[in-house]
Amino acid sequence: MSAIPAAEAAPTRGAGPNPPPDARRTGRRFAALRSARGVPRALLLVGTVMTAVFVVLAVFAPLIAPYGFDQYTDGGHRFAKLAGPSAQHLFGTTVQSVDVLSRVVFGARTALEVVVLAVVFSVLIGVPLGLLSGYFGGLLDRFLVLVMDALFAFPYLLLAIVIAFLLSNVVIGGGVVTTALAITVIYVPQYFRVVRASTLSAREATYVEAARAMGAPARTVISRYLFVNVVHSVPVIATLNAADAILTLAGLGFLGYGIQPTEAAEWGYDLQRAIADAGAGIWWTALYPGLAITLLVIALTLVGEGLNEVVNPALRRSRSRPVRLPARPERKAADR
Amino acid sequence: MARSSRSLGLFIVARLILAVPMVLILLTVVFLLMRVAPGDPVSAALGAHLSEAQLEQRRAAAGFDRPLIVQYGDYLGGVATGDFGRTITDNRSITQILVDNGGATLTLTVAALLVAVILGLPLGLWAARRRDKWDDLVIRLFGIVTFAAPVFFVGLLLQLLFGKTLGWLPTSGQAAPIVAPTVPEKTHILLLDAALSGDWSAFDDVFRHLILPAVSLGLLVTGVLIRLSRVNVIQTMRSDYVEAARARGIREGAVVVRHALRNALVPVITVTGLQVALLLGGAVLTEETFNWPGVGNQLVSYLNGRDYTAVQGLITVFALVVVVVSLLIDIVNALVDPRIRY
Repeated sequence: MSAIPAAEAAPTRGAGPNPPPDARRTGRRFAALRSARGVPRALLLVGTVMTAVFVVLAVFAPLIAPYGFDQYTDGGHRFAKLAGPSAQHLFGTTVQSVDVLSRVVFGARTALEVVVLAVVFSVLIGVPLGLLSGYFGGLLDRFLVLVMDALFAFPYLLLAIVIAFLLSNVVIGGGVVTTALAITVIYVPQYFRVVRASTLSAREATYVEAARAMGAPARTVISRYLFVNVVHSVPVIATLNAADAILTLAGLGFLGYGIQPTEAAEWGYDLQRAIADAGAGIWWTALYPGLAITLLVIALTLVGEGLNEVVNPALRRSRSRPVRLPARPERKAADR
Repeated sequence: MARSSRSLGLFIVARLILAVPMVLILLTVVFLLMRVAPGDPVSAALGAHLSEAQLEQRRAAAGFDRPLIVQYGDYLGGVATGDFGRTITDNRSITQILVDNGGATLTLTVAALLVAVILGLPLGLWAARRRDKWDDLVIRLFGIVTFAAPVFFVGLLLQLLFGKTLGWLPTSGQAAPIVAPTVPEKTHILLLDAALSGDWSAFDDVFRHLILPAVSLGLLVTGVLIRLSRVNVIQTMRSDYVEAARARGIREGAVVVRHALRNALVPVITVTGLQVALLLGGAVLTEETFNWPGVGNQLVSYLNGRDYTAVQGLITVFALVVVVVSLLIDIVNALVDPRIRY
């Protein structure tokens, strides 16, 4: 598949031609953060603040939400069914008399849990595979590249649906971990490709050759020399993937293959239930969970792109040229 | 000339050959995914309804009692001859599902792409012209928002606004229940059939049903298009031939449209074509939101029925569509751009 790798080439390139190992790199990175000016800086700040708000909602959900995520009675009497926003229920109630605001707040917790798990899983699988594949090459490399390309070419939502379907049918039932695993499968190929590509070029660098010449075993070369030089692109991909994962999670929930409603609040599931309400002109059950998804995805996208611009030396230099190259949006588009 | 056409032929052949292992791996992944699950497809789908003896009979009939490797060979052979299997629950062939429901999905995705192009290209162009001004920022934010908002959320909002509050457009299905049976089936594409039959009131009804789903799905791709066309136009605006055109005193508007836009479009078309995976995933969600009788809708109902062979067949088709589309794009690119050769 030459077409799809071409689209993927952008993030690889954007992720940076491997800078030499340099203790001061972190320092320079912060300097870059400080030197980021104008609109990019503003967007990065806005994204960070928005993300922080969602994290706070997620962590302190039980304190912030007025009711439980599946609570439909209070003090012995049942909440009104499909009641509009009021002082008692700021965002109204659902057809099951559950408070919408509480579900939105607890939904942040679910989203955060699933996305953190999914990103951690895919980094843990994708990065080592990419390192090994890029360093050793050979048959293993060919095989892995083929499989990853196949997974990457797959319509990703469908892939997640199938995995979630199989896992929920067979193994553990639909829970946070199952859903996170289904999402993981989609993103592993991205880390694999980016890390493998940077490993391929870093492997030829003089310092790696030197290490090998001194008799360092493969394990040392990979963990001491290659690892630090290929992981710098991971945070950017991880943030952008997190944004994407929120959408995938919601899509799964919307189709009924996400978190079970008794287990936790999930925005996609709530929107599925809201289809029937929309037909009756009831807007609050759809608007608030949907807004939550959209805002969180925007927040993570802004952080990811901001980070990309700050971390990526190629982009940074191009910004200080008299003619500015807006390479940033292209990368985002190609990454999808 | 003869030489370049020969190398083009070579490119196409090489590209086709390269696609074979890809397809093989995809099919293997699909097959393994569907079969690593313990238990067998027949009892998963029908276990609650039939006795053990009946299940056994069904299993034998569907060939699930044979060794896995034989089933795998069978599956590959079937796909090679265009046979994607039959569903367990209602014994339809996958091909029949494609004939019955493929038209709706095709209509939806093509209409969505049209919406995306009509909205995305001009907006991207405008943003490029007004680079770093306030309207550039607004358009870019619009692009981010359309990409960040889940397609079913956009769909629900459109339903609430245009279906309920304003009452302008229908929000469910492909046509009104009394209209659909009156259209004679020719192409299995309802919109086309209505046009072919000359029944313009039916056509109007079908068209109005299409608007909201197409816009919901189209907005998803619009964001991608805005970003792409903006970047590409900005890049081509810096090129020498644009400078040359300006130096010859051609008006700025003409420079942008005739010189910059044309060249900027090539990568835009490529990447738009590559959004087919995004589009197909989005189509499943859109069809669910608008009760649209497409393939995605069928897939979801067979998933709910735990019909493994139906899911396997439909997923195979979706995967093949992605491979074929990217193959076509590569070939079209090679035709357009002589630099792409082996």
